[in-house]
Amino acid sequence: MHRLFLVPTLLINALIILIPACLTVVLAFYSWDGMSSPRFVGFGNFVRLWNDRIFWRAFENNLIWLLIFLTIPIAMGLLAATMLLVAQRGRTFFQVIYFLPVVIATAITARVWQGMIFSPATGVFGYLQDLGVPVINPLTKPSMALYGVATVDLWHWWGFLCVIFFAALRQVPQEQIEAAKIEGATFFQMMRHVLLPGIRPTIILMMIMTVIWSFLVFDFVYILTQGGPAFSSEVLSTMAYRNAFYDLNVGQAAAISLIISLLGLVATFFYIRVQSREGDQ
Amino acid sequence: MKLIESRLTMTITYALLGFLTLVTLFPIVLLVLNSVKASAEIVQNPLSLPSELRWDNFTRAWDDAGFSSSMLNSAKLTALTILLVCSTGSLTAYVLARKKVASWKIVTFYLLATTTAPIQLFLFPLYFGFARLGLINNVFAVALVYTAIWSPFAIMLLRTYFLAIPKELEEAALVDGATAWQVFSKVMLPMASPGILTVALIIGLYSWNEFLISTTFLQQQDHRTAVVSFFLLSGQYSSDWGEIMAAALIIVLPVVVLFVALQRRFIEGMAGGSVKG
Repeated sequence: MHRLFLVPTLLINALIILIPACLTVVLAFYSWDGMSSPRFVGFGNFVRLWNDRIFWRAFENNLIWLLIFLTIPIAMGLLAATMLLVAQRGRTFFQVIYFLPVVIATAITARVWQGMIFSPATGVFGYLQDLGVPVINPLTKPSMALYGVATVDLWHWWGFLCVIFFAALRQVPQEQIEAAKIEGATFFQMMRHVLLPGIRPTIILMMIMTVIWSFLVFDFVYILTQGGPAFSSEVLSTMAYRNAFYDLNVGQAAAISLIISLLGLVATFFYIRVQSREGDQ
Repeated sequence: MKLIESRLTMTITYALLGFLTLVTLFPIVLLVLNSVKASAEIVQNPLSLPSELRWDNFTRAWDDAGFSSSMLNSAKLTALTILLVCSTGSLTAYVLARKKVASWKIVTFYLLATTTAPIQLFLFPLYFGFARLGLINNVFAVALVYTAIWSPFAIMLLRTYFLAIPKELEEAALVDGATAWQVFSKVMLPMASPGILTVALIIGLYSWNEFLISTTFLQQQDHRTAVVSFFLLSGQYSSDWGEIMAAALIIVLPVVVLFVALQRRFIEGMAGGSVKG
């Protein structure tokens, strides 16, 4: 009887995720335009990717993205969370403000930054240019496009980490903090020896999630630059999307997807280990 | 917890927290401010206060983004997704929390794994499969996709609520001769309703805001969601940014009001589902 309770979830999951995922694995070894019948090409798609400059560019961008998001938002989140611990008054207010960008649709966040901040015609950057301040729209400059996009995602994302870290910090035993205070620990000593070790599991989990999410980043890149200019901000997921729906090269898109998944799989393994250990407690 | 700090520490702390508040609010203020400004004024200075309030930005945005149909589509899609996730998810969460089946470990493991599966891993065959079945531009089909993607998160969150319900309640009902279905629907479900409300809020937020799936699967004008209509409106070259910001505000305002009113539930749910497992 109870087995039947699982049927709806597992059925929907199989139809939407499991079966198409298996098909993706198969398609990665075929050449297919989405309409005519697929043609087996062995490792052809992968060989072509290996020799594709854009693929390596996208891969490199994903790694840069990973480095940015493993450091800056986590550091910002931790710093703000510890400060919230000190600031008793206004805590809830600050938390709500920092979390606001998380609840705003990515498409809207992207357009506000694009039109109201970066744009030389309608944005703050354009206004500053008129005043003689030498700022340029990062989204249209190949050397800066990826960092421009990352700035927007950073704004959207760090508050989530701050709120999670703050929730974890409040669970650190009071006695440890008191003891450190009596021994005259400074703020940074307190952070290094009491607070950070106290929330280690949360930090590790968020870092694992960052690794997984970094290879999935799509919305902001797709909306802000479409991977451009000249593929300078292309990431693997936008490249796969373009391959499938613009170039109708579904086999190659599947091959990229498979590579993204394999990269995330390592992180997923650690994620499940950490999660199921906590679940058993 | 209490940390009594020196005046200097407090000053620095509040200064930094205040600075982060400004950084966070700056783009949001620009959004609100420019939604009531004339296009020419924005070009002149996006930071200036409006010389006159242009409420017509909102009516033009409503018409040009086709909000009268796309808002309805978004509402339908959101409601359908909430319904599907909560109904199928609570059944599964209950079974997994109470270890009712021998395979509970494998199922939990599998669901955790799918939370981290990239959308691209299944997007392309799914799209061409749906196309063949005539399911493109179908709100129900998209709701199914959302349900598959977000169910694991919802199940992990709901599981913690079912775990907190005392076992005795269930046993008492069974002694009284209740069937498995009655135990679930009459005893467990009402007890877990705070959890279901939290899940409904978060899944509602996700599906209202979602971009990648909806932009791929709902292309036809009268099937688009509000976010996709906004994306297309704001992507045109001859853009009136006053109108675009007005359209953005129409989509964002209900979400922000709901979030501020129920912030504790939102934050605990979103943080809890991804952290505590």
